[in-house]
Amino acid sequence: MISQTAQSHPGRISLVKKLRENAQLQGLTLVSPTVIYLIFTMVCPLILVVIISFMTRGHYGDIIYQFTVANYSRLVDSLYLRILGYSLLTAAMTTLGTIFIGYPLAYYIARVPSRQRALYLFLILVPFWTNFIIRIYAWIMILRTEGLLNSFLQWLGIIHAPLEILYTPTAVLIGMVYEFLPFMILPLYTSLEKIEAAQLEAAADLGARPWRAFLRITLPLSLPGMTAGSILVFIPAMGMFVVPDLMGGAKTILVGNLIRNQFLTARDWPFGSAASMLLLVLTLIFTLFYVRRAGFGEELLV
Amino acid sequence: MSEKKPALWLRIFAILTFLYIYFPILILVIFSFNTQKLNIRWEGFTFHWYGVLFKDSNVILATRNTLLIATISTIVATIIGTMAALALQRYRFPGYSITESALYVPVIIPEVVMGISLLAFFALIGLKLGLGTITLSHIAFNIPFVALVVRARLHGFDKSIEEAAMDLGANELTTFWRVTLPTIMPGVLSGAMLAFTLSLDDYVITYFTSGPGSTTLPLRIFSMVRFAVTPEVNALSTLWVLTVFILLFIGQVAQRRQPAS
Amino acid sequence: MTEFAVELRDVVKRFPNPGGGEVIAVNNVTLQIKNGEFFSLLGPSGCGKTTTLRMVAGFEWPTEGEIYINDQAMGRTPPFLRPVNTVFQSYALFQHMTIFQNVSFGLEMEKVPKPEIQERVEAALEMVQLIGMNSRKPKQLSGGQQQRIALARALVKRPAVLLLDEPLGALDLKLRKEMQLELKSLQEQVGITFIYVTHDQEEALTMSDRIAVMNKGSALQVGSPVEIYERPNCRFVADFIGETNILFGKVKALDRDKVWISLHKPSCDILGFPLRDFRPGQEVVVSIRPEKIRMIDNPTLGMGAAPNAPNCFPTRVIKTTYIGSDSRLMIDFGSDVHLIVWEQNRLSVIDPLAYYASGQELWVTILPENVLVMPQEESK
Repeated sequence: MISQTAQSHPGRISLVKKLRENAQLQGLTLVSPTVIYLIFTMVCPLILVVIISFMTRGHYGDIIYQFTVANYSRLVDSLYLRILGYSLLTAAMTTLGTIFIGYPLAYYIARVPSRQRALYLFLILVPFWTNFIIRIYAWIMILRTEGLLNSFLQWLGIIHAPLEILYTPTAVLIGMVYEFLPFMILPLYTSLEKIEAAQLEAAADLGARPWRAFLRITLPLSLPGMTAGSILVFIPAMGMFVVPDLMGGAKTILVGNLIRNQFLTARDWPFGSAASMLLLVLTLIFTLFYVRRAGFGEELLV
Repeated sequence: MSEKKPALWLRIFAILTFLYIYFPILILVIFSFNTQKLNIRWEGFTFHWYGVLFKDSNVILATRNTLLIATISTIVATIIGTMAALALQRYRFPGYSITESALYVPVIIPEVVMGISLLAFFALIGLKLGLGTITLSHIAFNIPFVALVVRARLHGFDKSIEEAAMDLGANELTTFWRVTLPTIMPGVLSGAMLAFTLSLDDYVITYFTSGPGSTTLPLRIFSMVRFAVTPEVNALSTLWVLTVFILLFIGQVAQRRQPAS
Repeated sequence: MTEFAVELRDVVKRFPNPGGGEVIAVNNVTLQIKNGEFFSLLGPSGCGKTTTLRMVAGFEWPTEGEIYINDQAMGRTPPFLRPVNTVFQSYALFQHMTIFQNVSFGLEMEKVPKPEIQERVEAALEMVQLIGMNSRKPKQLSGGQQQRIALARALVKRPAVLLLDEPLGALDLKLRKEMQLELKSLQEQVGITFIYVTHDQEEALTMSDRIAVMNKGSALQVGSPVEIYERPNCRFVADFIGETNILFGKVKALDRDKVWISLHKPSCDILGFPLRDFRPGQEVVVSIRPEKIRMIDNPTLGMGAAPNAPNCFPTRVIKTTYIGSDSRLMIDFGSDVHLIVWEQNRLSVIDPLAYYASGQELWVTILPENVLVMPQEESK
């Protein structure tokens, strides 16, 4: 069979033979489409952004190819540092918020009989598979001055003038926590579910009250889940701009909004690129810090 | 975890959290039937806004675009991503570590940064922004996710069935098609589903890489929410939620039928 | 018909070590496997037997040397172009296909017409006694049944040679013994060459026409079960197959077809059967199988031993283990040297003292033919 093909397609046979005998070549061939694609859509664009961040803005919003570090020095201005600090603060508070709300729920699901757990997890996931803009809109409906919350509270007589919740940092926080909740609940649940009942029984047997057992055993053992969840929340929250845009109004600007404005409104691409670089570097630092500590956790994806 | 019944306060807290999660959705659905256009107070029950929705050509176009982009980007990314996962799982080649790390970058990178970088790049090479650029961008962030999911499922893949196939007379291509692919198919489908969802839902990257006339559903919803808030948005949202619910339900039932490999 | 079904000539296989350097898995192996024989590769883990089998199958290529199947050099031919089929240790059944599809797969690859496939698959399933399972999936079958499907899947192609890689390893003892007999009779029935890899020497001795004993990549000895057991050519083979007592000594004198060995510990002389030509003064290894040592009360009144026969030694029993059909003894030969002795319990007696009490003093006698003398170093 081989000799037949060799006679009619000598070129093709040698290529096949080469692939067959060389494992390295097989691997490279399989991975080459990905590599080529990513070079074009990730490596080149990012390099481009780095380059642009060192360029100057022209009068009409174009880019003049003149080297300058002015964009970066502008970033160090207190105004922008405040924006950065504010973004980090918001991300941190979002993370804490998801922990406070998500932990009890994750704990509850982990304690419920196994056959019910799949149902509860399913129910949690359903809303989050809908488009997030829709969900933010729902919150806008609830939180705005003529919205449901205010109408309800006024109807109850608890307040007499509507609360200004929408277009404040509080609204942004509510929206972000809502948005990121499942990213914290799922890893937490995975961690908690793995804790054997026997360990808690042993603690009880040795004299620990339920609260002590929780603090000394359950909490530490759920730490990997909490860490994984924190990364899944904190890092994307840093660069979030949709929620602040829709729910935060003009007063609340985060790094994401800043970058977007620079690119599409102010047309200052060099400055926007510099800000992007800053955000990217921060993201990488936090990610590396986590990965070094705790590995990547692909098992959570499956 | 022990299966003792959880404490009362825990149950209450859990129920409250569930309500917190579902309440906004319920509001959306209920108010989609509101007669009042401004959607501030409940006035009456009507299907009117659903009618408006189905005649809204912008929304229909956006839906068509979104589905088209999602389908194409999923197919391409699944093929390329699965190949990459196989390569990384089974072979060692020069540049392995760099490729492996580079694959994680689109997963980690803030969407804003990826969006603007693609915008700049397309501007540089003079590619007009439109459905094409959106699709190219979606493929870019989908490939790593597919590769990640497939690779996780490849752990514990028993190579001996491939050897058995070759031993019985199948060459490499036939072995892949008849034996390897069917066996890893659950993982590949998982990856494809993830890619489809990410594409369907994407706002940020689409925002930066879309041009005039090329709008997707998330973009359309955003501008409707921002500028023209009527119960039509609620109707659209309700339909979206319903579709997701049905699809997920089917997915769960199908998963339960087929025992996981 | 070619002379040998499979031939390996000076085959070497080296693997790169993950930590650097190379590991030699197969070290210059030359084997000739005859048509229609049941040939086993026997050895401990890591001895290279599986690697050797995989090279015949085509999953690995020899670093040096050549493999011939039916007199054709295989070179780097891929597995799907070789006239051999493999039964894998893990069975490697296709989980997503039915039993029928599994067994017919190989025939599909050969583009055999459908009616013939149907016929041959059913014949193969009948041969392994598993009819009526066509539409089941592998998961629904027991371990033993899966193993037989794997066998049917390979046999249905009528290969020139069937390669089996420890196929019975995952089965429990009773099932394993049953399958050993079934496999052997199947091989005799079908008449094709079997190359069988195992680490279980009892299995190899039961089933094989010939055995190649391997260690550290080399084939130490090739022969029939009787040859391997009764005439091991080196210490490793004597030790690995069955149990044996190993003693060390020096050649004292040659005596016609036998040889006198002066043992180092204990200091005494023993008459043995040389497996090589020896010169006086040469260092040697002596191997005595435990079932060949006989216990007697008194050399002069010996039971079956001629008076003043050579190889009568006074010993003391250290420990006895009663196994029902046998008694297994550990005896003190002198100078802290212990020998293992196996005696069949030929008389049905209840008195425990009849079964060699601890501390009992007894004489042993060993026929010179049963004292095997072999050279010190590992032979090739």
